[in-house]
Amino acid sequence: MSALVVTNLNKSFGGLRVTTNVNLDIAPGERRLIIGPNGAGKTTLFNLITGEIAPDSGAIALFGRDITRMPSRKRTHLGMARTYQIITLFAQDTIAHNVTLALLGLSPLRWNPLIALHRQHHLAARGHEALERVGLDHIAARPLAQTSYGERRRVEIAMALAQNPKVLLLDEPFAGLSIDERQDVRKLLTAIPRDVTIVMIEHDMDTALELADRITLLHFGEVIVEGTRAEVVADPRTREVYLGD
Amino acid sequence: MSGAGIVTWRCVAIAIAVAALVAVPFAIKEVYYVNIASQILLYAVFALGLNVLVGYAGLVSLGHAGLFGIAAYVVAYLLVAGYGHALAILTALVVGLAATAGFAALALRATGISFIMITLALGEIIWGLAYRWISITNGDNGISVATRPEPFGLPLGTPPGFYDATLIVFLLAVVSVAIFVRSPLGAALAGTRDQPRRMNALGYHVWMTRFWAFMFSGLLTAVAGILFVYYNEFISPQALALTASAEALLMVISGGAGTLLGPVVGAALVVIVKNVVSAYITRWNFMLGAIFVAIVVFMPEGLVPGAVRLTRSAWRASRPKQ
Repeated sequence: MSALVVTNLNKSFGGLRVTTNVNLDIAPGERRLIIGPNGAGKTTLFNLITGEIAPDSGAIALFGRDITRMPSRKRTHLGMARTYQIITLFAQDTIAHNVTLALLGLSPLRWNPLIALHRQHHLAARGHEALERVGLDHIAARPLAQTSYGERRRVEIAMALAQNPKVLLLDEPFAGLSIDERQDVRKLLTAIPRDVTIVMIEHDMDTALELADRITLLHFGEVIVEGTRAEVVADPRTREVYLGD
Repeated sequence: MSGAGIVTWRCVAIAIAVAALVAVPFAIKEVYYVNIASQILLYAVFALGLNVLVGYAGLVSLGHAGLFGIAAYVVAYLLVAGYGHALAILTALVVGLAATAGFAALALRATGISFIMITLALGEIIWGLAYRWISITNGDNGISVATRPEPFGLPLGTPPGFYDATLIVFLLAVVSVAIFVRSPLGAALAGTRDQPRRMNALGYHVWMTRFWAFMFSGLLTAVAGILFVYYNEFISPQALALTASAEALLMVISGGAGTLLGPVVGAALVVIVKNVVSAYITRWNFMLGAIFVAIVVFMPEGLVPGAVRLTRSAWRASRPKQ
């Protein structure tokens, strides 16, 4: 059974078609890279898959279950997690609290108005585990406002990983990072076990190609090339619309 | 100072504050000022309720006086109809919560300025009903309440007795808000205020989280409305007017939205200026406005967080440089 299947997905904003008959079939454990020039509809495709916007037509299935009309939050409970291109975190809070919020999102405790959150030691322990995976455990108590851009990227990934996702969607995880920070994030993504399927949008081809099993090239909302790394890089259409000569 | 030391000092400060509040009727012999203290406490409960929405959910309501008034009118109507205090209070709480659910269902369709406008419109509808539905509300003449309850044999008819009862309710309200904001639901609510899209992606039901916060806010508002009608032994449409909602909002903002003590300090400020300063200054409205302008200029975050900030700055400045 495929991890994620997108069938004939279409989306328009007024007269502008941003997603046109997109089909994807992503196997469990696969690392799929979505590439394309700016405005190709990559983030829109992520927003459609995660349910932040509704498609005009088409279908999305997660491990065989139709989730096309399912609210975004329920998809998260089914094992879908994402990071954002523009970092979207809780700047007033500590790193640990950010990760705790991610853990709490999947826990029935999130409805509890009576217990003290800071006394939920099992959440704190799991939060520290997630931060350990991204190498931020030592600064867990630091307010997010006092962290670097690269650290925030890793907090985003830690929040996603803390939810033990089955399918992880990463929207430009290397954007804005220094060379050293890219190496750190690359190592981190490589270490994610294969029971997590990863779909990643990325412009940094050198870094992303190392991680990807298969690549999908989007252009004006349409899939124009799909295949293995070698196939896509060798395809003249990839050079024409994305890589250049 | 260590974490344990801070906790100890906080406990000492809370104990002193509670002792000072308990001592008010003994220390202040004049009935007028005891009544002012009761007013501060009941409006503090109102402001605490509004602060759950404004401060912790980031949803500014300009219709809360409507919820406040509904509870007050239910008590007054049932008492005049001959029912007992317990039934009147319980019914007021139930009707207040039902009205809150209706408010929430309509207002939570939007956020930001649209949310403010919907709550304002709902508050005006309730005010209009109170003003025009004369067979129920007695219109502009209002409804008088002849007696106050005597829970467990404690007479609330005297100013100190009423103050004590209001203080107990106030302390329960403070404790309940303190528990709520430290709870997982409180953390989720603050998350929906700061990053609703992110919270949705993390698996939270943003609308429902805000709905329960609205209900909690409405419960405290209804409690304050019940205290109000017993305090004044009278309710009229004036208590539901837009100015009443705006005053409660000013209490929250001037004291410090999103803080536990801010609404209490804001309530004290507004009640004292309205009742005490107005006895000496004819144009007390002007003075209240000037105070708010000063707060916005010098402590835009509100009196409580502003005072904390200035105290910390002064403390740091007074320390010898290393």
